[in-house]
Amino acid sequence: MTPALFADLAVFVLALLVGIEVISKVPATLHTPLMSAANAIHGIVVVGAMIVAAATDTVPGYILAFVAAVFAAMNVVGGYVVTDRMLGMFRQRPVAKAPVAAAPVAATDSVEAGA
Amino acid sequence: MNGFDSVTHLIYLAVAACFVLGLHFMNSPATARRGSQLSAAAMTVGIVTTIAVLAKAHVITGTGVAVLASGLLIGGAVGLWMARTVQMTQMPQLVSLFNAAGGGAATLVAFVAILAEPGGINHANSTVVVATLLDVAIGCVTFSGSIIAAGKLHGVVPGQPLIFKGSRAVSIVLALVVVAGAITLLTGHGGMPVLVAIAVAALGFGVTMVLPIGGADMPVVISLLNAFTGIAVAMAGFALDSLVLITAGALVGASGGILTKLMADAMNRSLMAIMLGGFGTSDTAVGAVTAASGAPVRQSSADDIAIQLAYAERVVIVPGYGLAAAQAQHELVALANALEAHGVSVSYAIHPVAGRMPGHMNVLLAEANVSYEAMRDLDEANAELPIADVALIVGANDVTNPAARRPGSPIFGMPILDVDKARSVLVIKRSMGHGYAGLDNELYNDPKTGMFFADAKAGLAALSAALKEYVH
Repeated sequence: MTPALFADLAVFVLALLVGIEVISKVPATLHTPLMSAANAIHGIVVVGAMIVAAATDTVPGYILAFVAAVFAAMNVVGGYVVTDRMLGMFRQRPVAKAPVAAAPVAATDSVEAGA
Repeated sequence: MNGFDSVTHLIYLAVAACFVLGLHFMNSPATARRGSQLSAAAMTVGIVTTIAVLAKAHVITGTGVAVLASGLLIGGAVGLWMARTVQMTQMPQLVSLFNAAGGGAATLVAFVAILAEPGGINHANSTVVVATLLDVAIGCVTFSGSIIAAGKLHGVVPGQPLIFKGSRAVSIVLALVVVAGAITLLTGHGGMPVLVAIAVAALGFGVTMVLPIGGADMPVVISLLNAFTGIAVAMAGFALDSLVLITAGALVGASGGILTKLMADAMNRSLMAIMLGGFGTSDTAVGAVTAASGAPVRQSSADDIAIQLAYAERVVIVPGYGLAAAQAQHELVALANALEAHGVSVSYAIHPVAGRMPGHMNVLLAEANVSYEAMRDLDEANAELPIADVALIVGANDVTNPAARRPGSPIFGMPILDVDKARSVLVIKRSMGHGYAGLDNELYNDPKTGMFFADAKAGLAALSAALKEYVH
């Protein structure tokens, strides 16, 4: 085993452990956005697509590199945009809502819940 | 290593660190969006750095630039369009499709790298061969598997477990082809045709792996395939000797793995049982009103329920799969807002697996403008339910079944929402049909439970109308 491969393997194993450690703390509320965010992160394969597109000089190579670039860009752009769209919906209770909600209460609310 | 290389390596390291930090910020709804944006910014920096590296190396041909640029633009535009236009209820299948794209890209990257290798795969070093094999095999399984999974969730592929005669045998043969091909290449024989054969067999395996799994289990499968893609990307990183691919891929592999386990745990199902398939039903519950156990069931009318809700002080709403399937979250929130305007305290009890995947219900409610402070997780909800006047269950079943507390029940041990501890229980449901676990729900025979048989959307609209009549 070369030192370079050993270093790669060490990084791989440690990154796995970091991934487990970071994810275990995320509340269930955020699992769907999290899955989408993780999905976007593996869009890093776009860097791989760029590296191999630079290394190829044959027609089959170009064709496959083109499809790889399309897929990878779809993954990375779509993944981040949809994650952001989801997370943009998580907002705190609007402050203005409270006084409006309090107004029409008085009449019926004094009745004890009979259910 | 010269100065330029040192700088680019340090930038890639910072990119990987930002991915970790971005995931870390997703610990809380308040910082989650910042986390995703940090991650996206890191991705942009990584891509720009790669452009700089390629430009400086002067290796890419003019055709290569054209191919790459057009591919990235087209893919990016399609991804952007899909992400912008998707409905939130269709989120799981979109994630699955993007995941398929990632797996496909990882596979193709390995192929292009081998094509560019002088002498082909037989002259590559053993690290590259092993990494390429794993990348191609895993990437192909996630590509076809994710497409089938998305098709099942979208209703294009039937949601029921599809098992044809000999399907297990086909899976085994395909797996054997992959293994035999791998051995051939590892011993220095074969070549590109063998790698293609492995890819085709792995594509077939992805299909036969997902087809027998029921639609309700699909979220777990998507999460698993998401983890697979991460590992495939990490393998592409080994083949290309790219640390940023290895780090990011491993991160996703681990996170997807943990998520998969959390989901399976929340459903009280083992991953093995899910993968063996044959369990779980299609999306649409069918069946007439049939009290299977024969015990009495009390039916309520929309007016009854509206009165009960209006006179309650504290209402806990339990939304479930049926709500998501009927896309009735806006009707639910309209009802809740009317109640709040009337002075009733309303909160939402969200079981970890409510909706179509963990956290999906939170997203659906957030889309309908529910603040996340009004959403209770399992523990918070179970602390609140005993002091609630009404638990209103909309389209949820198994997660409210008290049978889960009794040893010997098939769902014993599954965490449930203690709705039976509320003063009264109201259930909106299409029929007495069974939930995902195929069990009778004892809750429905409880004397304090009122059943309102209706589609979630129509039922909630009827309740809102009845409430409006009443509170005027």
